[in-house]
Amino acid sequence: MKRFTLITVFLLGVTFSSAQDCDKTLTGKVIDFHDGVPLKGAKITFNDQMIVTDTEGNYTITNLCAISYAFTVSHEDCNSQVVTINIAKVRSKDFYLEHHLSELEEVKVDGAQQNKTSSSQEETINKNIIERYSSGSLGDALREITGVSSLNTGATIVKPIIQGLNGSRVLIMNNGVRMQDMEWGDEHAPNVDINTAGNVTVVKGAGALRYGGDAIGGVIVMEPSKAPIKDTLMGKTVLTGASNGRGGAISSEIIRAYETGWFVKAQGTLKRFGDVEAPDYILSNTGVFEKGISASFGVNKFTYGWDAYYSFYNNKIGVLSASHIGNVDDLIDAINSQEPAIIRDFTYDIENPRQEVTHHLGRLRYFKRFEKFGKWTTQYDFQRNERLEFDVRQSEELRKIPGIDLELTTHTITSDFKIDANSEYVLDFGVLLRYQENFADPATEVKRLIPDYDKYDAGMFLTGEYDINDNMVIDAGIRYDFNQIDAQKFYQKTRWNERRYDVDFNDLIIEDAGTQWLTNPKLEYHNISTTAGLNYSFKDVYNLRFNYALAQRAPNPSELFSDGLHHSAARIELGDLRIDQETSHKISLSLQKSSDTWGWEIAPYANIINDYILLEPTGVELSNRGAFPVWEYRQTNVQLLGLDTKIYAQWHHNWKTNHSFSIVKGKETDNDIPLINMPAPNITNRITFQKEEWFGLSASLESQYHFRQNEFPPNIDVFSVRRGENVLLEINTPPPAYHLLNASIDVALPLWKQNTLKMGLTINNIVNENYRNYLNRQRYFADDVGRNFLLRLTFNY
Amino acid sequence: MNTHKILPMLAIAGILFFSCSDDDDAPAVINPEELITTITVTLTSGNSTITLKSFDEDGGDGPTAPVVTVSGNLTANTTYSGEILLQDESVSPAEIVNEEVEGEADEHQFFFESANNLNITTSYSDTEADYIAGGSTNPVGVKFELVTTDVSTGAFTVTLRHTPKKPNDGTLSDAGGDTDIAQSFPITIE
Repeated sequence: MKRFTLITVFLLGVTFSSAQDCDKTLTGKVIDFHDGVPLKGAKITFNDQMIVTDTEGNYTITNLCAISYAFTVSHEDCNSQVVTINIAKVRSKDFYLEHHLSELEEVKVDGAQQNKTSSSQEETINKNIIERYSSGSLGDALREITGVSSLNTGATIVKPIIQGLNGSRVLIMNNGVRMQDMEWGDEHAPNVDINTAGNVTVVKGAGALRYGGDAIGGVIVMEPSKAPIKDTLMGKTVLTGASNGRGGAISSEIIRAYETGWFVKAQGTLKRFGDVEAPDYILSNTGVFEKGISASFGVNKFTYGWDAYYSFYNNKIGVLSASHIGNVDDLIDAINSQEPAIIRDFTYDIENPRQEVTHHLGRLRYFKRFEKFGKWTTQYDFQRNERLEFDVRQSEELRKIPGIDLELTTHTITSDFKIDANSEYVLDFGVLLRYQENFADPATEVKRLIPDYDKYDAGMFLTGEYDINDNMVIDAGIRYDFNQIDAQKFYQKTRWNERRYDVDFNDLIIEDAGTQWLTNPKLEYHNISTTAGLNYSFKDVYNLRFNYALAQRAPNPSELFSDGLHHSAARIELGDLRIDQETSHKISLSLQKSSDTWGWEIAPYANIINDYILLEPTGVELSNRGAFPVWEYRQTNVQLLGLDTKIYAQWHHNWKTNHSFSIVKGKETDNDIPLINMPAPNITNRITFQKEEWFGLSASLESQYHFRQNEFPPNIDVFSVRRGENVLLEINTPPPAYHLLNASIDVALPLWKQNTLKMGLTINNIVNENYRNYLNRQRYFADDVGRNFLLRLTFNY
Repeated sequence: MNTHKILPMLAIAGILFFSCSDDDDAPAVINPEELITTITVTLTSGNSTITLKSFDEDGGDGPTAPVVTVSGNLTANTTYSGEILLQDESVSPAEIVNEEVEGEADEHQFFFESANNLNITTSYSDTEADYIAGGSTNPVGVKFELVTTDVSTGAFTVTLRHTPKKPNDGTLSDAGGDTDIAQSFPITIE
């Protein structure tokens, strides 16, 4: 597809003859509304002048009078559009153009339209970045965003962390559907293929209430590229090969669209990697084999539309062999040893321990626009998430049976009405009904870590946005959610008594099953979330965002019901039926300046969470297999204070640098103990050379410095059977600081007609640094991945 | 004009939604296969029999710690013949788990460690060939020999490793594998 866009801005009728100072300037960017990519070479003409946007999509129109101008903006594939801008009031406008024709027969000129909220801290990664991570995962790509890090299990299981929080506190919206994929476990990565997304926006915090009220960490919104409303057949294929892991990925999508609004879309991804390598050794059993397909079809007209979408995702993931340990003595040995206990030759085979996850997602959506009123959208979605975890077990037969076998089925109906006819305000009201069923297959012959349950959710929200003037927008919202969870769970009688449930919950027992009780906990939660904020633009180049969000999150099944030996982690995890919902108050502020030559953003935040639910090591339990570390959930009051900052500077026509720094400090307010698993501060500096004439050459060198996390909770004393005494288990001690150098170079070659071939080479960890990451659960056992060459080919046709 | 299309769609969705919610079958109870509740080490020398026992009523993921008992003190400068019995006493009658170890003798091995100040040495009295046809001469350790020297006290640890490197030099670090059993017993030699 052609990235070249033509904008013609005509000066229309409104001409005042009064003597005014015609020294006003209008600046801004022309940006692709679908994916946020700046549009280069856009032409802006008015009177006899013509202005062309630069490679970053920037334009500047000088010598304008302080009057209203009616600009006609056109695209080579679109009908011309007219937009009126009062130059007396507005000095800066970003034009969001439908690169392909969209359902909206109008050009977006309001910067706020691109955002999910007006006042929250937000950032979007566009399809160029997504293509760069085509062979990676969503969590890898999101680390490009300041303030977003990840909790890893090895290199392939990557959970996004937003401003220090992860798991159930981070919502993932995949194509309009809230992912229900057992996000509660530390080693459960989102079951999504990043290649299905055209852009991904991260809302830091709970400000985007329409997606859910419990996003104490934030919301990740993955949106597909839209089908154009014109007769066309187009597609894209991304091929990636990587030296580390000796594998690659292929992802392809094809869209057939018609002038009538009909469209059919299909997409598929295949990824295969063998064992990845640390600088000094092979990380045995770390291969992945991922498959994803998705398809959709429907009608997209201005007044109404519907579509059906289905996606399938399957991933087989090897878990580092050396991370399978028997008991606490093995863990002590692993921590003391510099090398993993098991190093085998490179292989593509994935053995136990391993995970196999499958996710089906189906969606039906309908919308209708009411003239001069608003838009009504209703959606039904279905999800089935299957998780199998195969462990190293005692016999060959048992190893063929997963130790964890969970099937989570979710049905959701949402409906919302958005009143957007008035240009000054937007109101959005919506409701949600959800039913979820979890089934834990007893064929595992291992006690269920998560019980069978039925869960019912109902929610409603009202959000509003009001434009006080062209420079100031306020937004506010309120949401109520009800959750009921009805579980059937076996408890060992000894565990029941040890938890002192015999005092509080004996009425939940419905059956005596020998050494176990069958119980029927029914738990209900009422959650209120609210948000209010302000967005103020001033002096052309400054933007201020302020947001307050109150959010409540009900405990997830893992926090309530976890009970038993988690074989893959060799730890006993204990939930607590008494756990109640947590309540977060978050204040975030962002001040940014963006001009052609340089810009910066400074974004501090404070998140005060009452009854925060955390999982931490508390001791050991002894058995005939030795001692196992016990991790228990508990609730406490915490505060997270953090700062995300960025600076960019365009030093020269071809040279640009970007710098970012983020830090978060989390601690328990009652006793000043630091929180576990808080990201360490990090600084990223990048220098980029761009020369459009040389086939769109872009080359960059990036330095990432990750400080050591010096604030961590105390280690624990455990009894070592083999040593016959108590020893200090350094389970919380973070590894040292490290520095990574990465480089990448990209060019785009025009092929025939509108087809292009983009080529990119990325080298990660250039100096092959040995390092361990505090937020990688395998840091006890092995170094992180070494140098990696990635070669990427993108065909657009 | 299109509301008549959306209504059937919603109806179908609603049927799917509610038809799945009457699933109240009680889940099946799981009694884990891999349970070893009782380790019994019998040490015999002539007429004297000393029993080391560890009984864990609720297995690996239960909160109750194993009860470790030692029936008496060992005699200095004596050779004992030892034998290990593994049982699952959570079922009745108790299941003898030795069969699983012996049936896969080539994938299992017991290891014996004494605290530095405890004057005990051990050696293996069995080989894989004793349990499986065509087995090698690598040791298993269900049967072993224990020799005491001077008077002393300390911990004696029995570890069962699954899929260790075989043959190995008799140490846990060389053998690797997965720990099925690890228990230590307080021993006095008098």
